[in-house]
Amino acid sequence: MILKKVAGVEEALQGVKNGMTFMLGGFGLCGIPENAISQLVKLGITDITCISNNAGVDDFGLGLLLQKHQIKKMISSYVGENDEFERQMLSGELEVELTPQGTLAEKCRAAQAGFPAFYTPAGYGTEVAMGKETREFNGKMYVLEEAFKADFSFVKAWKGDEAGNLIFKGTARNFNPCMCGAAKITVAEVEELVPAGELDPNQIHVPGIFVQRIFQGKAYEKRIEQRTVRKRS
Amino acid sequence: MLDKNGIAKRIAKEVKDGYYVNLGIGIPTLVANFVRDDISVEFQSENGVLGMGPFPFEGEEDADIINAGKQTITTLPGASFFDSATSFGMIRGQHVDLTILGAMEVAENGDIANWKIPGKMVKGMGGAMDLVASAENIIVAMMHTNRAGESKLLKQCSLPLTGVGCVTKIVTNLAVIEVTARGFVLKERAPGVSVEEIKAATEGTLIIEGNIAEMAI
Repeated sequence: MILKKVAGVEEALQGVKNGMTFMLGGFGLCGIPENAISQLVKLGITDITCISNNAGVDDFGLGLLLQKHQIKKMISSYVGENDEFERQMLSGELEVELTPQGTLAEKCRAAQAGFPAFYTPAGYGTEVAMGKETREFNGKMYVLEEAFKADFSFVKAWKGDEAGNLIFKGTARNFNPCMCGAAKITVAEVEELVPAGELDPNQIHVPGIFVQRIFQGKAYEKRIEQRTVRKRS
Repeated sequence: MLDKNGIAKRIAKEVKDGYYVNLGIGIPTLVANFVRDDISVEFQSENGVLGMGPFPFEGEEDADIINAGKQTITTLPGASFFDSATSFGMIRGQHVDLTILGAMEVAENGDIANWKIPGKMVKGMGGAMDLVASAENIIVAMMHTNRAGESKLLKQCSLPLTGVGCVTKIVTNLAVIEVTARGFVLKERAPGVSVEEIKAATEGTLIIEGNIAEMAI
């Protein structure tokens, strides 16, 4: 068994530097690596490029890094819930690259799986395809999209073991598995870290080979963006 | 003339037994409320769930179970969770049978614009470009005209495109329209709406063949 466990978030984020590119899991605020984000804020590193489906809200998630002007560029599919983001984008302080959501996921997965690029129909005929190679297959047009290159992936899982194996819960899975092994170093934080052997190998979502460092996360807030309920009849 | 619920109700009739369906935000979300309960349908949300159920009861919300609109949801028996790449594999691989989404503009060649207004804050396309580029069966749910009263069914889209030549059917507050190689074909009128009114509200080529029946809802 190869041990991936590190003592905590400080050790897990060793080596992060100004100007690096990070992948961060999560959809909205669901399944985001809360501990890694807090530590990035604490470390105060700047000029970061973030690959993340969304950009958090003003006072949570990636919004915390935006407040401190630590992010140079965001690569996302949807960024609509954050006023500070809007202000920095309109003033030109923040560079934004909008990417179709499925393409974003596949650019992560391609990096994980060793594909330099892939063809997708998404964005053909739109400004997303401008300057990109296009090609016809079986009468339909496709756009060539390249795999991401990143220094660190920060993902959050529900359970993990010391060997780096991960299990997710609900829709908190989202981009997290696609980002594992898609950067030079993948850091996983989990709600429950158990000794190797305690998780059923049949139920593992991400094998530990894709994870370099794993730690027991703390004090998860798991904020809900849109609390929608129905009345009991 | 239909209201938003009326549009959703009419579109619900397009949802057939055995369909996997992706619903966009806005009017499309309402469609789930009107699908017949004697057929088997599963709703997909692109953030990674198949078999979406209704909103949870108060006190049973789970931050880890949301839809693509970031709303708390529940799941139904037979549901599954998966990652984003798998989710868009379902969409791109045409395993999802029907996609229902909103639009700012649709052109008579099936082009759709629904993500960006130049000069305004751009929030992003989310999954819309993947959905429209991949699905074979795309129904647009929208009002026939915008707030300024201008037609949203155009010869050519004026806004930045989300996808080209992809929309197959449009259901508006005024009509049901099929998008064909010849242009918009008027199929049904909303209750109390005349063919002349629909024609006046449609900038693109509108083909009217025979007697246009009022839609049954």
